[in-house]
Amino acid sequence: MELFLHQVVSGISTGAIYACMALSVVMIYQAIHHLNFAQGEMAMFSTYIAWQLMAWGLLWWLAFPLAVIISFFGGFAIERAVFKPIHNAPVLSHIVVFIALFSIFNSMAGFIWDFTIKSVASPFGEGPFMGSTLLGKHQAGMIVVTVLMLVVLWAFFQFTRVGLAMRAAAVNPESARLVGIRVETMTALGWGMASAIGAVAGILIAPVVFLEPNMMLSILLYGFAGAVLGGLTSPLGAVIGGFLVGIVENLAGTYLGDIGAELKLSIALALIIIVLVVKPEGLLGRKIVQRV
Amino acid sequence: MSAILKVENLEASYGELRVLRGINFEVQKGGVTTLLGANGAGKTTTLRAICGMIRRTGSITLDGQETTRMSTEDIVRAGVAHIPDGRGTFTTLTTEENLHLGAMSRPNNKNEIDADIQKCFEFFPRLKERRNQQAGTLSGGEQQMLAIARALMLRPKLMLLDEPSFGLAPLITRQIFDILADLNKETGTSMLVVEQNASLALELADHAYLIETGSIVMAGESSVISEDESVRASYLGY
Repeated sequence: MELFLHQVVSGISTGAIYACMALSVVMIYQAIHHLNFAQGEMAMFSTYIAWQLMAWGLLWWLAFPLAVIISFFGGFAIERAVFKPIHNAPVLSHIVVFIALFSIFNSMAGFIWDFTIKSVASPFGEGPFMGSTLLGKHQAGMIVVTVLMLVVLWAFFQFTRVGLAMRAAAVNPESARLVGIRVETMTALGWGMASAIGAVAGILIAPVVFLEPNMMLSILLYGFAGAVLGGLTSPLGAVIGGFLVGIVENLAGTYLGDIGAELKLSIALALIIIVLVVKPEGLLGRKIVQRV
Repeated sequence: MSAILKVENLEASYGELRVLRGINFEVQKGGVTTLLGANGAGKTTTLRAICGMIRRTGSITLDGQETTRMSTEDIVRAGVAHIPDGRGTFTTLTTEENLHLGAMSRPNNKNEIDADIQKCFEFFPRLKERRNQQAGTLSGGEQQMLAIARALMLRPKLMLLDEPSFGLAPLITRQIFDILADLNKETGTSMLVVEQNASLALELADHAYLIETGSIVMAGESSVISEDESVRASYLGY
């Protein structure tokens, strides 16, 4: 029982990171109806920015928000410069651009900061959290920071005018224009926010997986699994899906012996396939029904 | 009376297909104008052209301001509220959120906007009952009321209505048209109504234009148009 609880709790803490990645994927999916394969590399690049700021002597608590803000503007700029011009292009063009962005960020990170693995100290410290055997300090920190961020995001979308405008632009872009909402600006805002959320995920997970240009690859896959599981049309679903994937991954690693430990990543992929076959709209997603 | 909307030599195409072949018409300030015509005549296209939702040439003037080259968002901000066919409801958002969205292009004055929402609820008590319900779960008539209320939230100079009777039972359609007449009287909002139900539209409007395959073939006061033999035979059915 102790082991089971332990695995669930540590699943929740990595699940928090997957939830962030799933949420950024879904935010962009809502805005442009494509899956951003470069989301993980963008988050990795943001993490390097945070690392660089710390290397220049900034405290984690300053470098963290600063890197998140820079990522926000970076995401905004990417939409403006790259995706706005091709927004009417077919799916394949989008995929090519995603792959291009993926390798650009990956190589740029390696070029600027080289490919050696860097360790990042946790701002929350080492050791168990309040003497508990279940949870480390850094894990507790990850959960607290993500949950805080999710609450702030929820309040933003629920109670602010811009949040409402962004939701409206995602639900029905044509009607949104007809009430005077600048849909293109909302799309760019969505990119900025997705990029910022990814930055939070990357910076939080860096002390666990270490910093190197490929650090986010598997994490993005788990994020995709979370997004598909929860439903690509539902931000809340994506968050729940992300947490569930974290828990499932940990339990499988513990109880399925070698299969679970060696083939952890395959479990995420298997989960994607199972959900797409059995319940393509995900746990909380809407079925797309067209009324003609 | 002066014109709130003046459309001159308006042309629009979908790709190769020319849908509007240079049409001219006006909407009077505080008045109601209707565009009549069969399916595919170009009525909806006219409204979409006025809103900048499709490519168009010619001249469109709103209250003295040339809007032909403006984007949809800016035309809306200039005071044109378009209620598209199918109503354009934000189906997954609540009724109240839909109303808030209607005021999106106005300055963010919470008291004024809340007061306007209260006014909408007075005018449409059904919407008040459904304020926290997802708009997609409302009945067709309620969604049409919501669309009209949302348009009013803009405090528009001009409302464009595309088939307000779309998919509604005759009794509900009647109600909607009564509401539009009341609104026009009480708020003085100018309206341009596109409608297949010609008798209802002619009752509501002061001026009418008849469109056939992209051209205006007849124009005049509604009372005159409704007396015309050919209109009676083709559109009114008696």
